[in-house]
Amino acid sequence: MSNSTASWLAPGVRRPKPAIRISWTWIGVAPFFSFAILFLFLPSLVLFVGSFQDAKGNFTLANIRDLFTPSILSAYWITIRISAATAVAGGFFGFVMAYAAILGGLPRWVRTALSTFSGVASNFAGVPLAFAFIATLGRLGLVTVFLRDVLHINIYDGGFNLYSFWGLSFTYLYFQFPLMVLIITPALEGLKRDWREAAENLGASQWQYWRYVALPVLLPSLLGTMILLFGNAFGAYATALSLTGGLINLVTILIGSQIKGDVLHNVGLGYALALGMVVVMAVSMAGYYALRRRTERWMRS
Amino acid sequence: MKKIHFWSWLWIVLGTLYFFVPLLATFEFSLRAQKGVLSFLAYQRVLQDPQFIQTFAFSLEMGILTILASLVLVAPTAYWIRMRLPQLRPVVEFITLMPFVVPAIVLVFGLIRVYSGELVPLTNFKAGTDILLVGGYMVLALPYMYRAVDTGLAAIDVRTLTEAAQSLGAGWGTILLRIIFPNLRAALLSGAFLTLAMVIGEFTIASFLVGMNAFGPYMSQVGQNKAYESSSLAIISFALTWGFMGLIQLFGRGASGQGQVVGAR
Repeated sequence: MSNSTASWLAPGVRRPKPAIRISWTWIGVAPFFSFAILFLFLPSLVLFVGSFQDAKGNFTLANIRDLFTPSILSAYWITIRISAATAVAGGFFGFVMAYAAILGGLPRWVRTALSTFSGVASNFAGVPLAFAFIATLGRLGLVTVFLRDVLHINIYDGGFNLYSFWGLSFTYLYFQFPLMVLIITPALEGLKRDWREAAENLGASQWQYWRYVALPVLLPSLLGTMILLFGNAFGAYATALSLTGGLINLVTILIGSQIKGDVLHNVGLGYALALGMVVVMAVSMAGYYALRRRTERWMRS
Repeated sequence: MKKIHFWSWLWIVLGTLYFFVPLLATFEFSLRAQKGVLSFLAYQRVLQDPQFIQTFAFSLEMGILTILASLVLVAPTAYWIRMRLPQLRPVVEFITLMPFVVPAIVLVFGLIRVYSGELVPLTNFKAGTDILLVGGYMVLALPYMYRAVDTGLAAIDVRTLTEAAQSLGAGWGTILLRIIFPNLRAALLSGAFLTLAMVIGEFTIASFLVGMNAFGPYMSQVGQNKAYESSSLAIISFALTWGFMGLIQLFGRGASGQGQVVGAR
């Protein structure tokens, strides 16, 4: 927004005609929309259009169909499984910890500490997180060696491998459950004392209060946040790449190799791969917002 | 009540272990660069590595540029939407949430495809890739930058302040810079530090656009061949994250707690 706009609209200055004034008003948001078009819509559009084009630029559905070949389906499947597993586990641990800190009768400082740690841990992702878990649970990691030498449990002989499904999921939890804590805390704080007292006055047991009052109120935000966690893990690239060196067949890693060099030997399929990701993310975000709207109904006032 | 306390403590203790054990393990490992004794040798090596300083300075610079550009873009827009175009609010909010739908890896894929063509070959020269990098980071920062500014605006009476300033003869520039921005200080600062925390170690976008020039890809490369140094880098970057979060808590009082949430990496 330029200064000339400002002086046009300032009172005391002769006001322009209504029709012109509307256009000036819209110019205030022009930079934002230009930015969104250049850095968000155009890139998305190129991928979208490319998904439906063959090598010569003709319209085709072959790329979309090729997504349903076993190697690509398995990439989506393992990505979805890791995201779902860490969303459910992270959601559960995040919830019980937030619950313990807020409603579990613990001293006040526990709550403050938990929210601080969660703020830090939810932002501690990517390359350094992978390093930390290699130092902890890698073949020579502190915990691995401790278990082996002191408790005589060799977790790698037991089938554990940090660079596989479980290891990656366990690593993702480091940023997943703190995110749950951060997002679910306001919902837990929103459980009004009045409701509990009203339920008790009407003779409800602890279990009935939970089953018929607290849980229905919390459920949308619980599910919604888990969906958010799902999306969070689904789009993760740096953590997985630095942990496994690209050996795990995630969709993000496949897209990464496709950008570096056409590993799929089909440019259009690469675009379709990205499009598929956006579709999964869009569906989960739509679910999240539908659920959040239901949550907000209880959070008002 | 005793029983409930037991379970509460149990979960908190488990969470604390999960949080601290990897940090302790990484820290312990980072001290073992010298055989037989604990030393800060790995830290010394990392901090003396000219590439560490270069890449860190580069990422810091990109972070600051991202923050400035985001503020210039988002703050006036959010203000304008509140004052003049409330009917556009759903559209703008939808756009600011798009980064949750388009993951960083997909975003950088699209950016490279659009700006490496013959039409606008931004990827061919240094300043061009820097522009793309900052643009990409601005997109990633949009959701919480906008939300931070918007909750900040909600907390002050924008309309009254604006009208009071107007009746005293202030123009729009004065209103924004001298009335609205100072009142949003807490919100803007927490958005800024969060952006910095995200940008400095960012790997996905940086590795495809500027490669080894940025701190994230540098860390990744160290991790491939230097075990102790990579552990010390993890500790350093954890300390940085902690520092930024501390700054947010310090300056961002009153800003919403949800501002602390960043997307996936």
